[in-house]
Amino acid sequence: MTDGKDLQKVNEDMRKLLARAAFGRGNFEDLFVVPVFAVVAALVLGALIMLATGVDLPTIGRSFVALAVGSAGSLNAVSETLTAAIPLVLAGLGLGLGFRAGLFNIGAEGQLLLGGTAAVVFTFSFPSLPFPILMLFGLLTGALVGAAYASIAGILKATTGAHEVITTIMLNLISIRLLEYILRQPYIQREGRADPVSKSVPDAGQLPRLLDWLDPNLRLHAGVFLMLLAVAFVWWLLFRSKIGFAFRASGANPDAARYAGMRSGLVIVAAMATAGALAGLAGAAQVQGVLGRASPGFSAQMGFDAIALALLGRSHPVGILFAGILFGGLEAGGRQMQVDAGVSIDLISIIQALIIVFIAAPLLVRAIFPWGFRKITKGGKA
Amino acid sequence: MSAVTTDTSAEKIASAKARQARITGAVLIGLSLVVLFLLDVAAGQVATFKLSRPRDVWVAPDLVVPGAFNTVAAALLAFLGVRQFLRGGGRWTSLSLGIGIALVIVAFLVWATAGKSFSLSGMLQATMVRAVPIALGGLAGVLSERVAVVNIAIEGMLLAGAFTGALMGSLLGGWGGLVMAVLVGGMFGMMLAALVVTFRMDQIIAGVVINLFVLGLTSYVTSQVFAHNRHLNNAEIFRSWKIPILGDIPVIGPMLFNQNLFVYGALILVGVTTYYLFHTKGGLRARAVGEHPRAADTLGIDVYFTRYLHVTLAGMVAGFGGAWFTLGSVGRFDENMTGGRGFIGLAAMIFGRWHPVGALSAALIFGFADSLQQKLALLNTPIPSEFLAMAPYIATIIVVAGLIGRARPPAADGKPYVKE
Repeated sequence: MTDGKDLQKVNEDMRKLLARAAFGRGNFEDLFVVPVFAVVAALVLGALIMLATGVDLPTIGRSFVALAVGSAGSLNAVSETLTAAIPLVLAGLGLGLGFRAGLFNIGAEGQLLLGGTAAVVFTFSFPSLPFPILMLFGLLTGALVGAAYASIAGILKATTGAHEVITTIMLNLISIRLLEYILRQPYIQREGRADPVSKSVPDAGQLPRLLDWLDPNLRLHAGVFLMLLAVAFVWWLLFRSKIGFAFRASGANPDAARYAGMRSGLVIVAAMATAGALAGLAGAAQVQGVLGRASPGFSAQMGFDAIALALLGRSHPVGILFAGILFGGLEAGGRQMQVDAGVSIDLISIIQALIIVFIAAPLLVRAIFPWGFRKITKGGKA
Repeated sequence: MSAVTTDTSAEKIASAKARQARITGAVLIGLSLVVLFLLDVAAGQVATFKLSRPRDVWVAPDLVVPGAFNTVAAALLAFLGVRQFLRGGGRWTSLSLGIGIALVIVAFLVWATAGKSFSLSGMLQATMVRAVPIALGGLAGVLSERVAVVNIAIEGMLLAGAFTGALMGSLLGGWGGLVMAVLVGGMFGMMLAALVVTFRMDQIIAGVVINLFVLGLTSYVTSQVFAHNRHLNNAEIFRSWKIPILGDIPVIGPMLFNQNLFVYGALILVGVTTYYLFHTKGGLRARAVGEHPRAADTLGIDVYFTRYLHVTLAGMVAGFGGAWFTLGSVGRFDENMTGGRGFIGLAAMIFGRWHPVGALSAALIFGFADSLQQKLALLNTPIPSEFLAMAPYIATIIVVAGLIGRARPPAADGKPYVKE
């Protein structure tokens, strides 16, 4: 059926795709200048918001000092930053992978909640298993449940064309109610509690703390290795494997990918499932490494922060790692800021939102900071 | 796609319709089995629905439904289902489904109330109240998606309206708070329009960002400022105004004519928007921008201005809906008090097929599920209330997936438009 013109178009699209896969020097602005501008501009605007709400200048100064000290100023601060970064990076990797495949998965929050809960339930159901096995199986359960939950949206998109944004939003809302129900079941609810809180992860199911021999308060856990492994794995998957090429091809030009013989339905389901597995793993790492149990809303908006992270990291695994450490630092520093300067930690979410605005609208950054950029050649990428 | 394939696509549509009719038929028969076996009421038991309160001016007698109703309902459902199989298609498909769902809801109520009594008028009044923010959110979605701007930011706009209503309502009084809430909602609408139209940001990302920003800003001010200044977060609320005579009609009176400003406002806005979108020149132009912006541009319609205008209007509607949370109920703002209502509004918009009246109807169904969930605990039914709370979301997924009737968005929905 394909005539010559189509084939030509396909060839052209494929060439564009290959050019995009390898970053050239021209991407320096997009990769470094825009993110740095975004972070600086967001911090400045954050200071202005503090001024507007009647915080005096010395306190603003102190809160920025606290933000810096609390995120990188001590061993404890670094430990907290990395601990906060672990689930964010894991979930962000999944979302970035989805973006590369042209899928907008808003459902990380729900996948994370259900994955984490499944990990808790699995670990306290088999308390007799020895340490590394129980821990690993717990993580695996979380990943599988996250993958299964995300696959619902993937399968619906592949078979009926239902838009994944709507289905994943709905799946998020469903997961919240489902969690409330699950956590009240006698088998799962902690004995003697009226509120929906699960039983605890047994010691053998926990991700071991790495630095507690230095100071028992250091919360950094083995999830940090999991995070690095996941970064490497996703990098390999996206840029060195056949299925990863199919992901990127479908994201860049679904028609071209289909003409080239890639099965779009399968790609969609596989990409969603992988993204869901990473989100579920994030949930499992959080409950097995930090929280020790599941409760309603234990995800604390991480699934949404991860969207920001994936955008900031340009959907590149290494970018997401750095973005995650930045966000983890903001999180840890924000807590310090609240204690030292009495400025509410909610300021951090404002700063995070502003960062994404500046990242996702490069035209806006160029409008605010006209210097530092070359002239836009054609239209600019929105 | 092209002229050559017209025949096959017409066949495709015909076969899709037949398939849809079959699926609807299967669903109806399934529902009939559910009613017959799961919602079976023991013989001789009756369900008593109270239609008025003892002190009402006109007291309507209680509605007593015998348990046998459910058997009849099951039979009707089976009839409708079989009919779909034999001679389905056409407009009967949606109508049968609508009747079927109504039958199942009534059968469910009869089953849940069997041997007990239950205040139907109180329940319907609560349904209306709970439907208001969802309907207004859905209406905001209709306004912006009809000009092809996907509005994930409804949640944030509602939250901004609720916050402004509380703050400005405390400073300026109820009306001042309401006006400011509408204006601030409009401001966020305009911000969304600027991000997606002028700066060509991805529409979904822009929406997510506005949600995160509003949530962060309102939570920040709540804990930073309101915590020490209680008087800034204590607005007077709009009480209900009873419309004389109409308000005394049993059942309908308390539901429609004895409510506060927000219920009346929502109903009027739905009417006005429907008229505007489908019966005026401006509405036609707006829809043209949503369906085929290039053609609209060629005909001299300013696509950018139309999008700015309607997304700003959508923000104002959402701001009004947001004010309901504070000025229409408690007068006080709490962190994240909209609790996902904006997303449910989005679902109502899809469920209502991008039509204002559809969005209102869907909002009423969702509001009904919401208030029913509260009542279920009182009635002591074995169904966990969480599952009922999930039902609207599952229904939305089913509609989006086109399993029962395809919901078709405006053709250019979500696509940025670049002038040539």
